[in-house]
Amino acid sequence: MIQVKLVFAACLIAATLPASAALNVFACTPEWGSLASELGGDKVTVFNATNALQDPHRIEARPSLIARARSADLVVCTGAELEIGWLPLVLTQSGNSKIQAGQPGYMEASSYVELIEKPQRIDRSMGDVHAAGNPHIHLDPRNVAKVAAALSDRMAALDSAQSAYYRERARFFLQRWAAATAEWEKRAAPLKGVPLVVYHRNLSYLVRWLGMREVGNLEPKPGLPPTASYLVELLAQLQRDPPKAVVRSAYNDPRAAQWLAERAGIPSELVPFTVGGTERAKDLFGLFDDTIERLLGAVK
Amino acid sequence: MHRTLLCAMAFAVAWGTPLAARAQDPELSKLREEVRQLRQAYESRIQALEARLKETEAKAGKAEPSAAQAETAAAGTGTRPAGENAFNPAVSLILQGTLAGNSRDPGTYRISGFVPSGGEVAPPKRGFSLAESELNVSASVDPYFRGQLSAAFTPDNRVEVEEAYFQTLALGRGFTLKGGRFLSGIGYQNEIHQHAWDFQDASLVYKAFLGGRLNDDGLQLKWVAPTDLFVELGAELGRGRQFPGAEGNRNSVANAGSLFGHTGGDIGASMAWRAGLSYLRASPQDRGYGDLDSTGTGVNNTFSGKTRLWAVDGIFKWAPNGNSTQTNLKLQGEYFQRSEDGSLTYDTQAASLGTQSGSYSSRQSGWYLQGVYQFVPQWRVGYRYDRLGAGTTSIGQVSSGALSAADFPILGGYNAKRNTLMVDWSAGEFSRLRLQLARDYSRIGEPDNQILLQYIMSLGQHGAHRF
Ligand SMILES: [Zn+2]
Repeated sequence: MIQVKLVFAACLIAATLPASAALNVFACTPEWGSLASELGGDKVTVFNATNALQDPHRIEARPSLIARARSADLVVCTGAELEIGWLPLVLTQSGNSKIQAGQPGYMEASSYVELIEKPQRIDRSMGDVHAAGNPHIHLDPRNVAKVAAALSDRMAALDSAQSAYYRERARFFLQRWAAATAEWEKRAAPLKGVPLVVYHRNLSYLVRWLGMREVGNLEPKPGLPPTASYLVELLAQLQRDPPKAVVRSAYNDPRAAQWLAERAGIPSELVPFTVGGTERAKDLFGLFDDTIERLLGAVK
Repeated sequence: MHRTLLCAMAFAVAWGTPLAARAQDPELSKLREEVRQLRQAYESRIQALEARLKETEAKAGKAEPSAAQAETAAAGTGTRPAGENAFNPAVSLILQGTLAGNSRDPGTYRISGFVPSGGEVAPPKRGFSLAESELNVSASVDPYFRGQLSAAFTPDNRVEVEEAYFQTLALGRGFTLKGGRFLSGIGYQNEIHQHAWDFQDASLVYKAFLGGRLNDDGLQLKWVAPTDLFVELGAELGRGRQFPGAEGNRNSVANAGSLFGHTGGDIGASMAWRAGLSYLRASPQDRGYGDLDSTGTGVNNTFSGKTRLWAVDGIFKWAPNGNSTQTNLKLQGEYFQRSEDGSLTYDTQAASLGTQSGSYSSRQSGWYLQGVYQFVPQWRVGYRYDRLGAGTTSIGQVSSGALSAADFPILGGYNAKRNTLMVDWSAGEFSRLRLQLARDYSRIGEPDNQILLQYIMSLGQHGAHRF
């Protein structure tokens, strides 16, 4: 009997919901959510499944995510196995046929860019390696531009009545983005060749774009937390090629980075990593503004 | 319009209408869905091509970014499939084993006050013991179905099919149909594979009421509501092949069926919850169990009738900002209540005082509450409290004086309880070592001190982070 009541209650809730015309976008990570808002304007409603303070590798298929995926018209995720722990579960449980892998409502950003750091050998003795290549693609603005073009196509295809609107916004965004990218490259010129220690290999695209050098990782192996003995080893190894700073993302534990930075006599710097990671990283433009400013400040 | 139809269907499910009556509806909507998808696929193709053409034209003037977009346009159509490998099924293998010490013989384990459930509910064997090795294979079958097999290789060299089911991907509108053998959606812990449990063994309520877990052969229809609050309703029909059912040889569509509803959501960024209510009904026929009667003779007794189980479950998780990497807390509890009505046949083999039948009814309940806390990365501690209430059992042959309560010793009133502590260490996501201590009062007058070390190793496909 109670089930019947539950059904009744659910139907009541459903009946009172407005039939929304906007395209419902489910973004796995805040950078794609922010991009979807830039491109979709008021024609889309964006839900971010994770925030900048959460480790994107360790998300669970929470009930709230299944509920949001249920009503999504478009799922935008990174792919390349970044969301492998939770997204397949959310998709199959959602009962939403539009967003299953292979459908127009399912998009993986990483399929539109060239992945780097593809492992030579895939074996878990190397840690929780990303078998398809490094999935943390969004900190190279040139990748963001490629994904933006693809995402705009996808929105126009799913919501054809508004395709001109999406195209216009994409044109506008890509123009501003190209100008901003040129500006960031100019501003970040002093970072060229600067050696850095990072926490996880999630800044690789940023490092490569700005011509910096990654000389060490705080994780002994991808996905494994830093250990005291490994940090001591790393510290000794860094004497040969001393880094200018230890850089971690907003979601990383600061302790290991601070420990190493203190011993090595270099600054420990936080970068927002994604939209929402710091006060200034309110959108994609702010994300890169703040990241570059913080890196410049650290290596000054 | 759709909502009305949807609700009508949901009501039909909730009322348990025969499956055949509903069969046309999904059939029709599947066809409709196929046509719609075809049309949409073509439309989106053309739209995408148009858009890309315009885009590339528009950016032909600009140097760098437009080169990037040209690349995109070339690579754009491709979407690598998520998660599971494109054509090769995703395969994973779980290796498990224990080193255990018990003050009572696990071979004679029974829960006093409850009809033995016949499942694999005894604690692990003393000393070194291999536990079930589990092989999981899953993949999309085509755009409409997904398939999964979980096979357990038992330490005594048998293979058990734990799950083997297909699941629809294309029904849409929140509906998912599962068919085959699968872990039932009732309660919370039931759907979770053993290697993902927070303690090595099942809670006493699962042992007593479901024989460890329920994985019947049948069908499951689930519907997720189109609301921001998670609301999921499900119905299952099954052959009732295992406890609390009993394999009958009947043509009826279902000897067991269940209904369940779950709801859940987030509270801010740091907290998430889920709560549920489930109902299971089965009609076991000649469900047997063994006991020692008043003469000390081993007899076989059977029950036929109706069994109804209600389950309430709740889970709450906390992690700072929802980032579970450093620290996190998980609280979980379930309450089960069961009533059984029918007839009990004593000594079916006429091995002792002769076969005789009479009425039987019982009202029993139980619950557990557990908490697991990760205090630093890799390390977790957990505590679980189990409690069963044998409630009331009335046996016709006893009240009529034909037999005495001493002829049914296992059904004597006794409230079992257990305290369990565990600490585990996980190198990463793929290996876990656990120490577990328990004081188990499952057997009347025989407290059992249990200690065990357990390993769980996962090979292959990345496991799912189930909530
Ligand atoms: Zn990573």
